[in-house]
Amino acid sequence: MKKGNSIEQLEKIRTNILKSRKKNKTCITVCGGTGCQAQGSGIIVGVFREEIRRQGVESVNIKSTGCHGFCERGPIVLIHPKGIFYERVKIKDVEEIISETIINKKIINRLLYRDPVTKKKIVYEKDIPFYKKQKRIVFGNNGLIDPTDIKDYLALDGYKAITKTLQSLTPGEVIDEIKISGLRGRGGAGFPTGIKWESCRNTASDIKYIICNADEGDPGAFMDRSVLEGNPHSVIEGMIIGAYAIGASEGFIYVRLEYPLAIRHLKIALQQAREYGLLGESILGFDFNFDIRLFEGAGAFVSGEETSLIASIEGKRALPRPRPPYPTQVGFRGKPTTINNVETWANVPHIISKGVDWYSNIGTNNSKGTKIFSLVGKINNTGLVEVPMGISLKQIVFDIGGGIKNNKKFKAVQTGGPSGGCIPEDMLDLPIDFDSLNKAGSIMGSGGMIVIDNDTCIVDFARYFLNFTLEESCGKCVPCRVGIVQMLEILDLIIEGKGEIEDLERLENLANLIKTSSLCGLGQTAPNPVLTTLRYFRSEYLAHVVDKSCPAAICKNLVEYRVIPEKCTGCQRCVSACPTGAITGPRSQPHNLDPSKCIKCRACYEICRFDAIAGDAIIIRSKGSTADAK
Amino acid sequence: MKNLKKKITKIFKEFTVDEENLIPILQKIQAEIGYISKQGVEEIANFLRITEGQVYGVASFYSQFRFTAPGRHSIKVCLGTACHVRGSQNILEEFKRWLLIEPGETTEDKMFSLETVNCVGACALGPIVIFDNEYHGHMRIKSVDELIQKYRTEYETEREVDK
Repeated sequence: MKKGNSIEQLEKIRTNILKSRKKNKTCITVCGGTGCQAQGSGIIVGVFREEIRRQGVESVNIKSTGCHGFCERGPIVLIHPKGIFYERVKIKDVEEIISETIINKKIINRLLYRDPVTKKKIVYEKDIPFYKKQKRIVFGNNGLIDPTDIKDYLALDGYKAITKTLQSLTPGEVIDEIKISGLRGRGGAGFPTGIKWESCRNTASDIKYIICNADEGDPGAFMDRSVLEGNPHSVIEGMIIGAYAIGASEGFIYVRLEYPLAIRHLKIALQQAREYGLLGESILGFDFNFDIRLFEGAGAFVSGEETSLIASIEGKRALPRPRPPYPTQVGFRGKPTTINNVETWANVPHIISKGVDWYSNIGTNNSKGTKIFSLVGKINNTGLVEVPMGISLKQIVFDIGGGIKNNKKFKAVQTGGPSGGCIPEDMLDLPIDFDSLNKAGSIMGSGGMIVIDNDTCIVDFARYFLNFTLEESCGKCVPCRVGIVQMLEILDLIIEGKGEIEDLERLENLANLIKTSSLCGLGQTAPNPVLTTLRYFRSEYLAHVVDKSCPAAICKNLVEYRVIPEKCTGCQRCVSACPTGAITGPRSQPHNLDPSKCIKCRACYEICRFDAIAGDAIIIRSKGSTADAK
Repeated sequence: MKNLKKKITKIFKEFTVDEENLIPILQKIQAEIGYISKQGVEEIANFLRITEGQVYGVASFYSQFRFTAPGRHSIKVCLGTACHVRGSQNILEEFKRWLLIEPGETTEDKMFSLETVNCVGACALGPIVIFDNEYHGHMRIKSVDELIQKYRTEYETEREVDK
């Protein structure tokens, strides 16, 4: 039975929801994003429920919400309406949170976040530096709503953009709004969304499709997943508005199979949207039919490319095809099709509701709005951050990200995943938008930001990405299929210490050839990680090629492990950490390291480094060198 | 064999004869049976009225599909970028060393299947390994052996109880 046959009915439902919810009621929210769930947040919600009953505070609400972004401190628990922020909450803390904070109104100092700079404990979420410099629009409601309950979305003005659209805007006017707002595609290339929609609208056809590209394949990027998991209705609402503007009657959400939670939440959200008359025939009583189907990807990075994605939904291998014609003219089943990324769709309701002037005031001249980045790697505050375009890399890495783990030295930040590049320290003031990143030789991509320190070998890092694209190349065109293999072979020689100086030029030539002659975006951008590292970190390549040494002490062929007898206290921690028994020696006497048994896994090095007793008695250094490399 | 056919025929009932359903059918069969067998490929080709080559071509293109029976436990080592810079390659090597198999293979005793995945998006916990559906974050070299032994012991105990 449909609950919303008209806008009036939907508004009535909204009023009733708001009436039934007391303002300022205490509500405990537990982050239920994949990151926090991996740390046990799912069980914690259940324990809270039990404890609420046991201690007789049934008036308190408990909710599992979407991702709060600050994965590093998970599982995260917030207590509303004040916004008290507890981090790394464990099952044993639950009883105390209820008895102390909920009943006695006392803050539990132990569970508060401690600012690493001022060393002070912070009580409220809004005061934590990680959140302070962010501008959370797309992500704003993630921590407030239960993604499996449409009522939560409605209570926060959800689906008001679609009612506004249907009541007061023609499809042409919607497209104009999106064009003026300056919204550009968040999937990587940054194509203006309004122009894409217009092109699809202007193509004559009896049937049109729209697709949400949720095949988030870049390793180290998970913002799309968190939006889908945490606020699926915002994506669905954006798609409904898009379908209305373009004239599409059917939509697809193509989700990556590695995201089971996002799939589960989407299924529930789609069902609820249908029940409330927001999907299906005669949406909200208007002459407008549109429904969305979920398609689970089967694991292929290339299917993030739009023509491959279409092939995949059609039941074929995800092979790209040359463009033009673009999907907006010839797409799914040969019909005009608009494909946008998750984050792009999720921006649409905000633009329609709050207006283009509000939106275009955020960001830079050519890149409007905000962008969500996943800040990962050797960074203190791993997590998802939403910032206005134009913010500098330095602000993201140091102010929001809290700098480098273990006080190590910043080396580079890699943006754009396997299609992007490495940006070095002297470019940290770079304002982040589509164009500035392109100029630096990288790309915005879907928003992955991997921070590395001096312990990461730049050649090995470039090889990692190239190996990734090699595995994921679909094999259709020669430059990508064969060229990447050639590049990888050269990199392998360099890593093994068999490289020669001419190899660097060979790499550059091959890279440029692949970039200019590959069929799709995968091949055209695959050499970027190698090209940017050759440009900004050439000396490290030269160290491998000329000196046969690896400055980061990563490339196994070029390094050896040694125990410094004068420093070794004989604490035996490395003996128990060593998986092959290469280190031996009695307690309190300097240990022996047998190179023939050593597999160079770094286990001893790491345990020695972080052990206050021994310090750095185990070193990794370039073969043949007498100086301490590390 | 007959049993398998029965199961597959039951799955077909949920789908129409349309090539667009190929991937969802493959997914459903793998979810229920564990892998795509040779017989499975034949049955699908018959059902969708396409060639076995087409079915196998699509199935082998996507990394999700496997063509051999999985082991009792699945081990997925995340090789996403964040895990990579935190040493996931060494973790993978250690699994290979203990299990004596390559990614994509199953141990001889059918206990463990080793796989690699490209980022599960739990980057704060890297390097991360997913054992069946359990996340093990901040993996160290030594934890590899410990994990394997833990699952082996559990299995042995179960067998003792069964006896």
